[in-house]
Amino acid sequence: MPDLLLELFSEEIPARMQGRAAEDLKAIVTGKLVDAGLVYEGARAFATPRRLALTVQGVPARQPDLKEEKKGPRVGSPEKAIEGFLKSAGLSSIEEATIQRDPKKGDFYLALIERPGRPAIDVLAEILPVVVRTFPWPKSMRWGEGRLTWVRPLHSIVATFGPETEEPAVVPFQVEGIAAGRMTRGHRFLASGPIEVRHFDDYADKLARAKVVLDPERRKETILADAKNLAFAQGFELVEDKALLDEVAGLVEWPVVLMGAFDREFLSIPPEVIRTTIRNNQKCFVLRDPQSAQLVDKFILVSNIEAPDGGRAIVAGNERVIRARLADAKFFYETDLKTRLEERLPKFEHIVFHEKLGTQAERIARLERLALELAPRVGADVETVRRAARLAKADLLTEVVGEFPELQGLMGRYYAEAQGEDEAVAHALEDHYKPKGPDDLVPSDPVAIAVALADKLDALVGFWSIDEKPTGSKDPYALRRAALGVIRIVLDNALRLSLVPIFARTLSREASLDLLSFFADRLKVQLREQGARHDLVDAVFALQSQDDLVLIVRRVEALGQFLDTDDGKNLLAGYKRAANILRIEEKRDSTSFTGEPDRTLYAQTEERALAGAIDVAKREAAAAVAAEDFAAAMRVMAQLRPHVDAFFDKVTVNTDDKAVRANRLRLLNEIRAATLAVADFSRIEG
Amino acid sequence: MSTADLPAHMRPERSFQGLILALQRFWADQGCVILQPYDMEVGAGTFHPATTLRALGPKPWRAAYVQPSRRPKDGRYGENPNRLQHYYQFQVILKPSPPDIQDLYLASLAAIGIDRKLHDIRFVEDDWESPTLGAWGLGWECWCDGMEVSQFTYFQQVAGFECAPVSGELTYGLERLAMYVQGVDRVFDLNFNGREGADKVTYGDVFLQAEQEYSRHNFEFADTAMLFEQFRMAEAACRKYIADGWAQGGKVHLMALPAYDQAIKASHVFNLLDARGVISVTERQSYILRVRELAKVCGEAWLKTEGGGPSRGG
Repeated sequence: MPDLLLELFSEEIPARMQGRAAEDLKAIVTGKLVDAGLVYEGARAFATPRRLALTVQGVPARQPDLKEEKKGPRVGSPEKAIEGFLKSAGLSSIEEATIQRDPKKGDFYLALIERPGRPAIDVLAEILPVVVRTFPWPKSMRWGEGRLTWVRPLHSIVATFGPETEEPAVVPFQVEGIAAGRMTRGHRFLASGPIEVRHFDDYADKLARAKVVLDPERRKETILADAKNLAFAQGFELVEDKALLDEVAGLVEWPVVLMGAFDREFLSIPPEVIRTTIRNNQKCFVLRDPQSAQLVDKFILVSNIEAPDGGRAIVAGNERVIRARLADAKFFYETDLKTRLEERLPKFEHIVFHEKLGTQAERIARLERLALELAPRVGADVETVRRAARLAKADLLTEVVGEFPELQGLMGRYYAEAQGEDEAVAHALEDHYKPKGPDDLVPSDPVAIAVALADKLDALVGFWSIDEKPTGSKDPYALRRAALGVIRIVLDNALRLSLVPIFARTLSREASLDLLSFFADRLKVQLREQGARHDLVDAVFALQSQDDLVLIVRRVEALGQFLDTDDGKNLLAGYKRAANILRIEEKRDSTSFTGEPDRTLYAQTEERALAGAIDVAKREAAAAVAAEDFAAAMRVMAQLRPHVDAFFDKVTVNTDDKAVRANRLRLLNEIRAATLAVADFSRIEG
Repeated sequence: MSTADLPAHMRPERSFQGLILALQRFWADQGCVILQPYDMEVGAGTFHPATTLRALGPKPWRAAYVQPSRRPKDGRYGENPNRLQHYYQFQVILKPSPPDIQDLYLASLAAIGIDRKLHDIRFVEDDWESPTLGAWGLGWECWCDGMEVSQFTYFQQVAGFECAPVSGELTYGLERLAMYVQGVDRVFDLNFNGREGADKVTYGDVFLQAEQEYSRHNFEFADTAMLFEQFRMAEAACRKYIADGWAQGGKVHLMALPAYDQAIKASHVFNLLDARGVISVTERQSYILRVRELAKVCGEAWLKTEGGGPSRGG
């Protein structure tokens, strides 16, 4: 069966868009083929800086023939209806239709439509120009005098179709004057002249000879292997960086890995600054000493050409740029060191944090107040926390952070250390932004904890107070991350903290509860990722005034363990049975059976036994919960189980005696009430 | 012409002015009009009406020129080896962008002695946006051995109006490029005139004092009360000239260029105020919007002039 080869050759495609574009191209073209009844065997897509390429193998040469019956109007229908039918069925006269007998509803016309399948190449000639015109680039542009849009100017299209054993045909189409053909180009600098290509294998071979590695995965492998070898040969180790590797592989068609060096004196700059400078600005890798893990004065660059001088000029050029960049960074760093962090603070009075939330200075003051309140509760020294909170944001005004915002916090630590701050203060300046993501470390030092919690809680409460909550995919102030950060800090450090009183100092009761439910959602996500059942989290959150994250999680754990035991499962079953009966009977009577049952109305021992057990369970569970021993509370609940079972075995709830019946229903309600000491069992599934 | 055919003091790899002249010659050969710098303070070559305004409207246009560019905030008192508050851009505008514009650009690098077989030249994504001009385009930073030597932009919108045809804009950072081809690490060490010994004039000889003085001025002494007043005056003048320039019931505009000068003025005054640190973050946005509004009304007026309107007989 024939194969399709498609190449869209353009000016340089942004590296970050290439992978997605290749996937989109494959999905869109193959999707349209399948829609047209052309089911293919396989497809692969590739991208380089200058081309998107797609091969679809095993496409049928023709669409399958289509047979279809189309039901028409009744015989003797008005002229208009007949005409419409002829038109829609593609018939020229009504004689071409057959008549279907139907004694009940009356005879009607039937058209037999046979559409012979079209040659696949004709279908492709229709599909491909549409794909080009409507391709979903994140950003596209016009050029020259044309109206076509593409990510950058599109220059040529290869589109061939045919069986592997034969010379393929060109898919005949054109887009805004660019006609599909079989000519492409190799590497911009290392190849010359156009190349004529046939099938995919021929295409990939010829590109390789023209110094283009089509497959981005192969480019990455080459870069990584060569970079590691080059480093190893000199006794160094590559500092691997996957995102950088992806980007660099999208900047070259023919990767050539080279090593350069910079002056040792730059190693006095913090290593993160060196790495960020070299990575962000120059897209080069840094190296370290495998023993000491310290950066060394070398870097790895990936060139797009093989130069006749072995890359000497390229290395020299890159070294010069990196020297200038590092000189800049050093200048910034040393300039920053001349001003003490606290001297920068007055400037915050003129910098707006958020239009409705005042200046940065006001925000820092709030942060400080909250951190001071939290300090004793997390076991931190109050004066140390005050100092750390006050300086927490000072590095935002430094030159290095102005240049590399992602180094905020870290630079604060360096500058704090340099000016002789307490170690705990210095670390808090860095760690109060943590955790920044799911893989980031959680602060564990009490000072850092106090400032980190204050930073995040102030942001959350602040944005809640002006009703700037995250919606859908929009979370411009990263409040989800902030809430998750609070949760992880609290849980990892087992901090006992009631959240609502903190919220309620700024927020209304309603807004506080809204923010709490935001935390509940984040906690659910967090616990689910750790394998907890979301219904158990719901069952605990459904209890009144649960705003202590540590207790909530302990309850969920205890509940999960309990429900894994036979006692737990049976009690849950008994609970569900009781709840079901109550629901039905309450609906029937349009009343609810709450309130204390009347002991004088108990007629059977099982009733009395259950009532007694419930009394004990309520009392003991409440005591266990008060002692925060949730496992014990669950054990108390487990003792209910035989009595519940016996009750359902021996006692008929719906007796004729109305008073006894109502009393028994109230007793069932007591089971429901008793379990509320540990969780809302109605939220538990199964 | 090979750079080797030039007298030594004119070779781009030895002389800053030689580099400029080589670029001018190259682009003159491509049919560009070689203009002189615009006689007003601007932040970039793009502000020159030969780019901003000529990018609007249907008429073809090819121009190249050097533009001194002022970025008050980038001054470093002459102490930083790379940063300047005043530097030169070489600007090329080709409208419509020709299909071989990338090849032309590469040929221009060859003309200043950059051999593409020896050097790693790259087109790295760069989306360009000028909030004050209400302009955006897509293109690249052009890298030579890891050094950004030019910006390459296909204008999509200017002054809030769609560009059709699209102009291709090339901006060479001349000092960087010269530092690169001369192999110099400090901008002030650039050889300006290509001479050696006692006759040699360096970039520092010409500009170091200016960098020191203007840094002082921009960061410490620029009269902010006066500048606020100048901003208001320029804004008002721009609006007045736009209002006065409409003729034939709004079909034609007769003063787009003088009005645009005032928009440029306002933009530069804003940059000075910004460098002095007297504009808060929220105010900053509103100043940028005010300048953009000026650029927009100027662009609108330009489209009703001889230069910006539809071709005659078209």
